Amino acid sequence: MPRIIVEVMPKPEILDPQGKAIVNALPHLGFTEFSGVRQGKRFELTVDGEVTEEILQQARKAAAEMLSNPVIEDVVAVRVDDEGDAA
Amino acid sequence: MTENASEQPTAAEVPVHQTQFNIDTVANAAATPETELPWAELGLKEDEFHRIVDILGRRPTAAELAMYSVMWSEHCSYKSSKVHLRQFGEKVTEEMKKDLMVGIGENAGVTNLGDGWAVTFKIESHNHPSYVEPYQGAATGIGGIVRDIISMGARPVGVMDPLRFGDIDHPDTKRVLPGVVSGIGGYGNSLGLPNVGGEVVFDSVYQDNPLVNALAVGVMRHEDIRLANASGVGNKVVLFGARTGGDGIGGASVLASESFDDSKPSKRPAVQVGDPFAEKVLIECCLELFKNELVEGIQDLGAAGISCATSELASNGEGGMHVELTNVLLRDPTLTPGEILMSESQERMMAVVTPQNVEAFEAVMGKWGVEYSWLGEVTDTGRLIIEWNGETIVDVDPRTVAHDGPVYERPYHRPSWQDELQADTFRASPAAQNLPATAEELGSAVVELMAQPNMANASWITDQYDRFVGGNTALSVPDDAGVIRVDEETGLGVALSTDCNGRYAYLDPYTGAQLALAESYRNVATSGAIPMAVSDCLNFGSPEDPEIMWQFAESVRGLADACMELGVPVTGGNVSLYNQTAGRAIHPTPVVGVLGKFDDVGRRTPSGFQRWADGQAIYLLGVTRDELDGSEFARMRGHLGGLPPKVDLAAEKTLGEILINASRDGMIDSAHDLSEGGLAAALAEMSLRFGVGARVAVDGICERDGVDAFTALFSESQARALVALPRSEELRFTDMTSARGFAALRIGVVDAESGGLEVTGPFEGGSFGIGLDELKEAWSSVLPSRFDTAIEATEALMK
Amino acid sequence: MSVETPLIGDFTAAPAQSRLAGARIGVVTFPGTLDDRDAARAVRLGGGTPVALWHADQSLHGVDAVVLPGGFSYGDYLRAGAIARFAPVMDTIVKEAQAKDTSAAALPVLGICNGFQILTEAHLLPGSMIKNNHLKFICRDQALRVENNQTAWTSQFTDDEIIAIPLKNQDGQYVADDATLAQLEDEGRVVFRYVGGNPNGSRNDIAGITNEAGNVVGLMPHPEHAVEAGYGPDDTTGMRNGTDGLTLFTSVISSLAGATK
Repeated sequence: MPRIIVEVMPKPEILDPQGKAIVNALPHLGFTEFSGVRQGKRFELTVDGEVTEEILQQARKAAAEMLSNPVIEDVVAVRVDDEGDAA
Repeated sequence: MTENASEQPTAAEVPVHQTQFNIDTVANAAATPETELPWAELGLKEDEFHRIVDILGRRPTAAELAMYSVMWSEHCSYKSSKVHLRQFGEKVTEEMKKDLMVGIGENAGVTNLGDGWAVTFKIESHNHPSYVEPYQGAATGIGGIVRDIISMGARPVGVMDPLRFGDIDHPDTKRVLPGVVSGIGGYGNSLGLPNVGGEVVFDSVYQDNPLVNALAVGVMRHEDIRLANASGVGNKVVLFGARTGGDGIGGASVLASESFDDSKPSKRPAVQVGDPFAEKVLIECCLELFKNELVEGIQDLGAAGISCATSELASNGEGGMHVELTNVLLRDPTLTPGEILMSESQERMMAVVTPQNVEAFEAVMGKWGVEYSWLGEVTDTGRLIIEWNGETIVDVDPRTVAHDGPVYERPYHRPSWQDELQADTFRASPAAQNLPATAEELGSAVVELMAQPNMANASWITDQYDRFVGGNTALSVPDDAGVIRVDEETGLGVALSTDCNGRYAYLDPYTGAQLALAESYRNVATSGAIPMAVSDCLNFGSPEDPEIMWQFAESVRGLADACMELGVPVTGGNVSLYNQTAGRAIHPTPVVGVLGKFDDVGRRTPSGFQRWADGQAIYLLGVTRDELDGSEFARMRGHLGGLPPKVDLAAEKTLGEILINASRDGMIDSAHDLSEGGLAAALAEMSLRFGVGARVAVDGICERDGVDAFTALFSESQARALVALPRSEELRFTDMTSARGFAALRIGVVDAESGGLEVTGPFEGGSFGIGLDELKEAWSSVLPSRFDTAIEATEALMK
Repeated sequence: MSVETPLIGDFTAAPAQSRLAGARIGVVTFPGTLDDRDAARAVRLGGGTPVALWHADQSLHGVDAVVLPGGFSYGDYLRAGAIARFAPVMDTIVKEAQAKDTSAAALPVLGICNGFQILTEAHLLPGSMIKNNHLKFICRDQALRVENNQTAWTSQFTDDEIIAIPLKNQDGQYVADDATLAQLEDEGRVVFRYVGGNPNGSRNDIAGITNEAGNVVGLMPHPEHAVEAGYGPDDTTGMRNGTDGLTLFTSVISSLAGATK
């Protein structure tokens, strides 16, 4: 079944404690090439049937009003997942 | 496919089952006796498999094989331990049974608290899962033990965690400990259960076998006690809570072959994942069911999942049950019948409901948004029949699955090395050279002792647990016992402690188990509560090793004898075997939990010197002997050998009476038991609790008991406690101790202004002082210095 | 007090005898709420009458004030408080709390911990909470300074009073943009500030704030766990004797009962 992917990231100006912890941990595991990490969220909204522009609009609304909190987060992507039901 | 009520939106979805399996029916099994079955891969021994064939009079179906294999596992059947555990039921007096409302055998024992209240508690292990996946392993350990408590009809009111890890500086400990702690917190905190105590022990013997035990306690009114039985022919059987997935059956993916074709996926996760929110909702939902009297019998789903729940419920009730397995709501539609029967998916319960109550039951599910499906009904056929799309895949006598598992009289003998170990005493060892003797040496030894990982401030761990929720926590760590108020009007409540010194048990398992009980009993009495009941978690190595089996047999014998002498019955518990890696077993670790009763928790005795208690007299109760074998001081010097401290249960009982009476009559304002680290540790802990110092002289102890100052400070002789009391109470208190012929010695006074601990005695220099700030720094920095960075790395990787 | 094991959201208790009992304070239960019984006890000990409110019920049953208690509503799975904010009961609470033109009639609302998070998600209070800077759940006795004693919930505190109440949370780090922080500071809307060390990295050591009208207050620490001697935080008089949290409840109850001095 088709899916809509919503990606939410912490706002750039907000400290991301989890991302910070990851970037501090990476060198301990031998990964030394990364100077920053930010951790976000990915939502997969499954749709029964075709993804119409109207449904996509619904997804954008849900992303803005519920899936993210505009005080601390940005919605960075709302897109149709062409891979379908690949898990 | 299901009988779900359509007005229940969350349950209206029809489960999607893959139906193209080549299902192994009972008829098929009877017709194809020669079919090879993967019994060995499922952990069954050849003779066990043949017994199943004998019981059924034919080969088992794949689904039946799945059920027997999980129910006859060590974990579910106690096949190696049963013959020994019987002593807990045999070594009891009528007096001990007086308050026992439900004994061993049910999900958890129930003890009468009085005023119509009952309490149920139990400890369980989740050791191996917590090693594999520390966060989820520990979290689901809490989830499982809490469901045991709910299924007795009780509201859970608290948890405790006895934890044992490998060496504090081993890199793997930095992986395991932070994960376990945040798993316990993450799950327990979300359930609204205060975490009121536990233990943390570091020892390299637990390196690849950490022990993650969990205790839960719940309370109920007498009339609310529920048992796991399916009574009443025609009553409905319902499964509710989370959906069933492939959790915990990774090792059993061999069952993919039950379909006898190769088209099956067999990737199953071995790790169960917990959903504390689902459990919290399940708790409230169950309590509402109990309150409205909507269930006849109830059973939680833990190890062996539906196999266990159906066979236990059926065999404890009218003896029959009929189930349609395709009605089970699935998270993973590719599961085979055998896998569904074995799945250990969390947050599920099974209940028996009368037909009249079906509608009301569904309304409660709807209110809490809990999914459910009706699986079948209770019958009087004496058979557990499980169907798959109407075809019979299981037809067994449920007792043969649940209760008639194999019983082994495993051979055991005293280890060849035991005598040598016991002959290697601390005093005769190189570790006893240059013992602290001067004021300066003794002072720094006390500071060094308190900075040992096993003595250090555990608040790095316990501050990650909610101890306030519920508003009924009267004492919690670091006090001797966790104390929880049960009845807000009268103050009726319970005290709990868990203890075990695995080093003692290694030196002598019989005595070691008794010492674990003695310490737990003492802790409960020190808080002022009357000890009433015991739950144990017996953690050992492989029962197939006769030397380990001896440790187990001796520990059980010791514990059962001691319970009888102290008059506290074992009401339930858990056995965890095979805690060994590459032939290296853990120390025998019989963790003992004791539950005590308070008529009013308002009179609980705190463990620390109070800020307003300046000038109060400090008394040492009990006698000090030269007992340093297995001690914390010996560990600090790298020695383990000799014999553990002597057990004197009569003295423990008298000491308990003194502490309880002193609490009841309001004589004492603080009390703390002496255990690991002896007098030095107890004094330091009483001072550190509220930052209140003391002046103490050990001359009297040395003179009376014929020991030197070092021994007076660091010996771990049992049946001892420290108390602080106002001078106005001294006469009444010493009258009480001398009437009982119990040693009581005034050794000093509380000194609230000094900010330090001053000890004088017959040693070079005459006295030493330790600033509490210095002591606190040494005591408090041990865990943060190891784990503050580790947690960031672990959490980062976990997310 | 009932001797039965109380169900969650079941606060059936003998009503207090004084006229304060006329103050009916709603305590909302969402799935995953943990501290509702504690909040109800606090209301009762403060002299008021607790009223159970259910998340799915739009009606406030005529209560005079509302407490959104702590817990992990809906498991905090999306963001803390993010799903609870959409509960039917919240629609009514948001409407009544913003009854602007008649500020005297605006519903007093107290959000504790998860309740505070719900209030920010519902935009009744500005800012938001993110994970503690040390990433751990933390439970400890916490000292706070009361910096605004003009709100509905703090009127009985003295100015700059230092109080001790338990803190326990995982997502307790208060964040807001600079403009919002400046506005909160300028308008004196920081109600509680952490003292003796910031436990979670909150901006400006903020532990609790209020809206412009002063009827809505949110804070991360738990006043309902400091209402009964013997079961609260430690204080100078002894172990677990702290009851500073009770003043939040008596403040609103006595003003509702018309007893403010």
